[in-house]
Amino acid sequence: MSIIHPGAIDCDIHPAVPNLQALLPYMTDYWRDTVVQRGIDALESISYPVNAPITARPDWKPEKGRAGSDLERLRREALIPFGTSTAICNCLYGVHLLFSEDMALGYAQAVNDWIAKEWLDREPKLRASIVVPLQNPELAVEEIERLAADKRFVQVLVPVMGEMPLGKRIYWPIWAAAERHGLALCIHAGSSYRHSVTGIGWTSYYTEDYASNAQAFQAQVTSLICEGVFSKFPNLKVVLAESGFTWLPAHLWRLTKFWRGLRMEIPWVDRTPAEIARENIRLTLQPVDGPPSADAFERLMEHMQSDELLLFSTDYPHWQFDGDEVLPPGLSSELARKIMVDNPRNTYSRLTETVT
Amino acid sequence: MSVDVLERPVAKKAQPAKIAVADCDIHPSPKSVEKEIYPFLEKRWQRHLETYGMIGRQGQQFGPAYPKGQPDASRRDAYPPNGGRPGSDLQFMREQHLDPNNVQLGILNPLRGGQALQNLDFAEAYCRAVNDWQIAEWTSKEPRLKASVVVPYEDGALSAREIERRAGDPNFAQVLLLSRTGEPIGQRRYWPIYEAAAEAGFPVAVHAFGYGGNAVTGSGWPTYYIEEMVGHAQCSQTGLTSMVMEGIFERFPKLKVILVEAGFAWLPSLAWRLDKLYMRMRDETPHLKRLPSEYIREHVWLTTQPMEEPEVREHLLDTIEWIGWDRLLFATDYPHWDFDDPAYALPVRVDAARRRQFFFENALKVYGLDK
Repeated sequence: MSIIHPGAIDCDIHPAVPNLQALLPYMTDYWRDTVVQRGIDALESISYPVNAPITARPDWKPEKGRAGSDLERLRREALIPFGTSTAICNCLYGVHLLFSEDMALGYAQAVNDWIAKEWLDREPKLRASIVVPLQNPELAVEEIERLAADKRFVQVLVPVMGEMPLGKRIYWPIWAAAERHGLALCIHAGSSYRHSVTGIGWTSYYTEDYASNAQAFQAQVTSLICEGVFSKFPNLKVVLAESGFTWLPAHLWRLTKFWRGLRMEIPWVDRTPAEIARENIRLTLQPVDGPPSADAFERLMEHMQSDELLLFSTDYPHWQFDGDEVLPPGLSSELARKIMVDNPRNTYSRLTETVT
Repeated sequence: MSVDVLERPVAKKAQPAKIAVADCDIHPSPKSVEKEIYPFLEKRWQRHLETYGMIGRQGQQFGPAYPKGQPDASRRDAYPPNGGRPGSDLQFMREQHLDPNNVQLGILNPLRGGQALQNLDFAEAYCRAVNDWQIAEWTSKEPRLKASVVVPYEDGALSAREIERRAGDPNFAQVLLLSRTGEPIGQRRYWPIYEAAAEAGFPVAVHAFGYGGNAVTGSGWPTYYIEEMVGHAQCSQTGLTSMVMEGIFERFPKLKVILVEAGFAWLPSLAWRLDKLYMRMRDETPHLKRLPSEYIREHVWLTTQPMEEPEVREHLLDTIEWIGWDRLLFATDYPHWDFDDPAYALPVRVDAARRRQFFFENALKVYGLDK
């Protein structure tokens, strides 16, 4: 861990809502009554089965309750060991699973107010993402506007698999609001399960479900670029979180090649997709999904064609690495510093602004 | 009387100017369905076709769900001078492609073979007709060409029957599926296909495209043809994931799978990811005995077109090394618009031995034609 840099900015940690009861104080009367009256007792996604190995690293898993639900443990396990100065909370509660747009807004508001009060207020190193009801872009914008003044919210959070590809114009008002307020858009692993997670149907094993996130991220990169999101919102930064990143070079080779052959279909894409991606898209470090050898990893980093793309993350409490081996072998000290400090700072304009 | 045997100069065969090529993805079309497919299709199904058309899992009655970038997705110069669709005239294919590119082995992949028709009985009848047609119009007339056994792949048992019917027939080199199946392609309903193919000694080729009814992304239907086209690579990645995790290579150890027109540079990243996830959660898939990457290394080949084009060309060499120079099969996709010309397909210089592997020998080996 000698190349760990002081002041690391961890761009993907997961404080967990311990149970639905914890959110009740943050709900309006109507939604609190609804939860009680209708006997709704949980909103957990199958994207992260509570006891699946990925969901909680064994030594980060409490004897009772959910990993990531205790601030003191999070300090001890996620912040201190990596010299973390700032960590961005991505709360993965299943708001995106709901079919009722109003209920989704009700839950999203509760999650956001809960995270501000229970986490941000209590630990100044923490920042958070605004959970939005993507089910209804108008309501999503409303929620962004409600919280935008709180600079501790640094990005908008959406799952990588929803009802429609994220580049589609129906979502543009949300991206416009994010850009307007200097918020990044964070696309995180996980699905709302409106569609099978693969383009060929529902999988048999959880392993496949989790693995398929990488393909879903590729599809979203395609969608955002081809639809012209970055032509319309050139200052929007998109952060792919828990996406893996080793697929990026191959995907951009292919997308750029097809763009050369089919650009008449998307004339607003006036630069190569590879160039656009390097300017507007960032990816968190974990999971690495890299080759076993340091030499191959170095070559892979060259294929990325930029040292500005990766953002440090532990993905706490998900089990992506053991001990303190958060940085893959083959990373130079210089690159480690960029990943841990410089790149996150350059991605999140709000990190360098004064917190009010 | 004694006989003097005189040494006579023997006319030496002209050295082919170009390296021998195996083209593992050529798309033949019938000149007309009535003329060329009907002779092999029962009257009942001819009437059915005329009355109801070919109904699959997409809304467009004629043509693809996303309009292609070129008419018939074809090269503008591939229309035969005597009429008909690109890829429908053997003599013209010889003149335009097989002879000038020194194609010594060409694998025929009919894409409109009726494989994914909703009516399974119709699908079976149509596939059988297309298989007979490939022999009658192509392989019996041109020994350089080999046919694919097209099967009604949404029904494993019917497919196995067609594979058994063609087993041992040297006109056929492989079984052909399309990648966009109705369910993940490694799942049980498809196992009879793999069992029969492994038994018959046919590799199973999975060609990108098709419509299985699922959106091409896990997040729904994209807007543009370019997205669909790029998306086939993601579908093939999840398809390969399914094949590995369901354990078909453990269950059918002789099985060979060839992924066609789905790209290949994504393979190392996928294999690294699957290895890691398998190690994390191996209690979920105890039927697997080895790492996903090991099954892939032993059982999977990939065709090259459309060739990956990194900004720094040399990066491709790393990727091919990670995959294995013995795993890639050259393909042109003739007569389609994104045809790869063998003279330019490899963007970097490699030694002669590797060129021979890449363009020719790997294909002979995987199809068992090297013996």
